[in-house]
Amino acid sequence: MLQERIPDLSQCVEPDRVRREVYTDPGIFELEMQRIHERVWIYCGHESQIPKAGDYYAVQIGRQPMLMVRGPDGSVNVLYNRCPHRGNMMCGDRKGNAGEFFRCSYHAWTFHHDGRLRSIPMMESGYSGTRFGKDNPDCSMKRAARVESYRGFVFASLAADGPTLKEFLGKSIVAFDDMCDRAPEGEVEVVPNCFRVIQHSNWKIFLENQLDALHPSVTHQSTGRAAHEVEKEIAKKAKKGEAPLSYHMLSAFATVTIDKWDNFQTLNYPHGHCILTGYMGLRPQDPDTLAYDKVMIKAYGRKRFEEIVGVNIHHVLIYPGLSVQSPLQQLRAVRPLGVDRTLTEIWHFRLKGAPEPIYRRSLAYYNLVNSPATLVNADDLENFWKCHQGLSSEGGDWVTFGRHLGRDIEKGGVVETAANCGTSEAPMRNQMKAWAEYMRG
Amino acid sequence: MARDLHHQVEQFLYRQSELLDSKRWQDWIDLFTPDGVYWMPPEPSYKTWDGTPAIFAEDKNLMTVRMKRVLHPDAWSQRPLWETNHVVSNVVVEKETKEGVIVRSRFHMMELRRDDVRHFAGSYRHELKKAKDGYRIKLQRVDMTNAQAAYDYVLQVWV
Repeated sequence: MLQERIPDLSQCVEPDRVRREVYTDPGIFELEMQRIHERVWIYCGHESQIPKAGDYYAVQIGRQPMLMVRGPDGSVNVLYNRCPHRGNMMCGDRKGNAGEFFRCSYHAWTFHHDGRLRSIPMMESGYSGTRFGKDNPDCSMKRAARVESYRGFVFASLAADGPTLKEFLGKSIVAFDDMCDRAPEGEVEVVPNCFRVIQHSNWKIFLENQLDALHPSVTHQSTGRAAHEVEKEIAKKAKKGEAPLSYHMLSAFATVTIDKWDNFQTLNYPHGHCILTGYMGLRPQDPDTLAYDKVMIKAYGRKRFEEIVGVNIHHVLIYPGLSVQSPLQQLRAVRPLGVDRTLTEIWHFRLKGAPEPIYRRSLAYYNLVNSPATLVNADDLENFWKCHQGLSSEGGDWVTFGRHLGRDIEKGGVVETAANCGTSEAPMRNQMKAWAEYMRG
Repeated sequence: MARDLHHQVEQFLYRQSELLDSKRWQDWIDLFTPDGVYWMPPEPSYKTWDGTPAIFAEDKNLMTVRMKRVLHPDAWSQRPLWETNHVVSNVVVEKETKEGVIVRSRFHMMELRRDDVRHFAGSYRHELKKAKDGYRIKLQRVDMTNAQAAYDYVLQVWV
């Protein structure tokens, strides 16, 4: 195991490269779960997933199976999915409604939605004189140490100490502000469908790909070219002379050539969070967009409206487990299953108060890019698998992140890539810097 | 007559699955009417493909994008050995109309990708329109039994 050779794991990370075992060593994976995922703020879900009392969703935090559940007072609780009696998992389903209380399927211990013990069959005769009963907190379902919600997005931390959610998110909080502000009512609601796709690769490989502006025109050129050919055919036949915007989302992989991706910019923040700016077609002038603009101006006034739609974000990565595309209301949560297996849970949201055609844009992206029959991510997952296979080999000791090294602009703990350096590997450097800080122990 | 009809639609379904397994994508697309749709909902409760989340919701234009993508030499995920085998059975004619026929069936697809085998199964519901040379598909609904399960990798072409 790597840690036996290099006890201080932060030494596995140099400014421009990382030891390959960081991705492949099962011992490192266990330590990552302890020191990162089971300590920091992890996304559980959106409050609109559990509208009624007793509604619950199962969620994995690090290695811990948890439940996010709505209480009768409207509060959102995050509990370990475990009965304190003999350790049975409380809910075997991914989602559902627990009714007025949780009831263990093994010996019928029951619990309130906040985890407190409610009853045990024949409690008096069975437990009087023992240390077990309602007064003993060990007889309740254990709660996540901390739960906080921001604009409906619920996070939990399994560590009692550490930064608040807002402190942890820092500038990456814009992911939720940008998404919600684009709704005329200032709120989003989840579309109740979760696509779940397993990647045969380490969780960090996915995160590093999210802000990798060099890969799209290489990895996705087949999709880009295919969509561009069909887009041109549709435009030729159509009276209005234009294909739906969804084709543009795909053809951009071919029409935005490799050199143009340097026009993007990345912003890199403490805790490993990063933003990729520059969203293609941010403000199209089609009738659907203009109708939406009117609704937004009515809701916010022109000045605030301009501020909201002027936010120029392609992608926000909240380390170590959330990827948000706020202008298209897409969210992918990353759940590491093992050193070489990673589950992504993929959701999209509806802008409350926005006209239907605007939702259709978000939906088109969800279906075409993020569904299990994706026209795009199939080639990413192929690369992730190959990457993990290559890193398992002894053909080299390092993963390198040297692109545009030395050209980053650092201002008060924030690293911005310089002009025409959008394909910089600064986001990977930033993520590994955070990793090293967490793993130092 | 009823037996003739049953035989005809069965032969149509068998031909469609054979085109998939032999990777004759354009011939497969040609089985659809000009406004035909291939639809795989995320779960059986969905009533329409229009405006709802879908695993597939493709008209012929999107089918063409998918075909051109998988045929492109740089579709990296298409490089490894990749094969499917469909079995279609339990064919039931739900309704016969002047324009065509609605037919339900069950399918089982085994997929091999590199050394990995996966199984997908479920039911088809074809809305078929009569054509000069047989039938065309107006709407094919695919309710996959494992639609809501986690996907080990993704689906590359139609099921």
